[in-house]
Amino acid sequence: MLEIKDLHATVDGKEILRGVDLTINAGEVHAIMGPNGSGKSTLAYVLAGREGYEVTAGEVIYDGRDLLAMAAEERAQAGVFLAFQYPVEIPGVAMSTFLRTAVNAVRKARGETALDAIKFLKLARAKMKDLKMDEQFLGRAVNVGFSGGEKKRNEVFQMAMLEPKFAVLDETDSGLDIDALKIVADGVNALRGPERAMLVITHYQRLLEYIVPDRVHVLAKGRIVKSGGHDLALELEANGYAEFDNAA
Amino acid sequence: MVPVADNFYATLNSAVFSDGSFVYIPKGVRCPMELSTYFRINAAETGQFERTLIVADAGSYVSYLEGCTAPMRSEHQLHAAVVELVALEDAEIRYATVQNWYPGDAEGRGGIYNFVTKRGICRGARSRISWTQVETGSAITWKYPSVILQGDDSVGEFYSVALTTNYQQADTGTKMIHIGRNTRSTVISKGISAGHGQQTYRGLVRIQGGADNARNYTQCDSLLIGDKCGGHTVPYIEVKNHRARVEHEATTSKIDDDQLFYCRQRGLSDEEAVSLIVNGFCKEVMQKLPMEFAVEAQKLLGISLEGAVG
Repeated sequence: MLEIKDLHATVDGKEILRGVDLTINAGEVHAIMGPNGSGKSTLAYVLAGREGYEVTAGEVIYDGRDLLAMAAEERAQAGVFLAFQYPVEIPGVAMSTFLRTAVNAVRKARGETALDAIKFLKLARAKMKDLKMDEQFLGRAVNVGFSGGEKKRNEVFQMAMLEPKFAVLDETDSGLDIDALKIVADGVNALRGPERAMLVITHYQRLLEYIVPDRVHVLAKGRIVKSGGHDLALELEANGYAEFDNAA
Repeated sequence: MVPVADNFYATLNSAVFSDGSFVYIPKGVRCPMELSTYFRINAAETGQFERTLIVADAGSYVSYLEGCTAPMRSEHQLHAAVVELVALEDAEIRYATVQNWYPGDAEGRGGIYNFVTKRGICRGARSRISWTQVETGSAITWKYPSVILQGDDSVGEFYSVALTTNYQQADTGTKMIHIGRNTRSTVISKGISAGHGQQTYRGLVRIQGGADNARNYTQCDSLLIGDKCGGHTVPYIEVKNHRARVEHEATTSKIDDDQLFYCRQRGLSDEEAVSLIVNGFCKEVMQKLPMEFAVEAQKLLGISLEGAVG
């Protein structure tokens, strides 16, 4: 589903990604781990199409299409979802308004009919129940006054509502206690399927106990330097990233 | 309310006005539906000078809506209207305007000059007057809907959303004059500037000597879109009574790139995102409009913002 070939990217004039190669097939969950500054979030932003991130070489093929040629909203409408590490606040805009507009934009792009308020509410309530979220969230402004854990749950809730084909989860575990982590992980696992692929970015292998990956990759200094199965994550937990300091 | 010699445009209006409306609500009558008028400047090269007078007798209530529009023309046209509101004891007048006069083209040619004098007096005790306006049109706007709080315990309110894009200029605000005791006023002004638009909030809060326990709360927020527009605030506060409480808050912000990206990553286009964010910014004021007007106003904001992004 996703093929990243020799991807180089620069931010503020500094080259962060130095030739990333990665292939993810439908139905797979890949994990990316790595030290701070290795380029994990940069990779997420480049895939999502954020401005300010300049791709200097390489290509990304998503579902047979040139992903880098698509605008951010086009990628979203094509089924690419990013669960942000630091979700931003949008004052005055209720979650329900925001999400219903987004869901209908994506549905329209897929040629499906828009959800009216009633159908939307029904669907939203069902998903919120699964994530043990209070219905009141729908009336609150997007992420305003949400705790760290609530923001992360809100990201997974949006993912459940938008039903993406490819989801990137950027440090979805940061700031979560064990209980919140389990709920978020359950939410993510519920979305795994043969038609869907995920890229989980994390520092700690703890999350990977709950969201068990098919492949684990180590990103260091802008390149993937090692790949393996789930065991690789445990190895990293034990030994740290020191061996990769000189690798790239 | 507005004496002939009040200001140049009021004098002009007094000299030439021929159209307008007069509304009188009898004692104790609560007008069961919104009254609405709709102004359109049709003929080219004409000025329009309406005069509106609303008198609400003791214990009555009326909600009045005013919509304005004009077709595109290459020359400027003048709209110099006068609106006078009088509220007696325990009466309430709510006056809402959605103004969409032709604002001129993208180069600033043509457009309506909107120089309006609007004034209300809370003559009786416990009376209330509230002005709500959504200004998206006209090339130049000078407009300061005001309330004179003469009656004890009277309340004045001003809620405004003003949008200036391309080369529009808006200089708008309110005057709240506190004369009676225990009077209260609330001012919430939301200014959005895009393109080369220039917007100014110009407000006066005056607490006279006899206005014991007067309270005012003023909040002016500016939102700037792009780097060629301007938002300015000129608040005047004159207090002659030491038992008054006057609060003033102001914020200036621009639409955050992070917010835009978050919306786009969820499938919204740039324009849909800006529209959503701007509506969130104006929510407090939009909520004061009667429902049908609010829906229309939201759509109007969205349309007026098209092309303003970037």
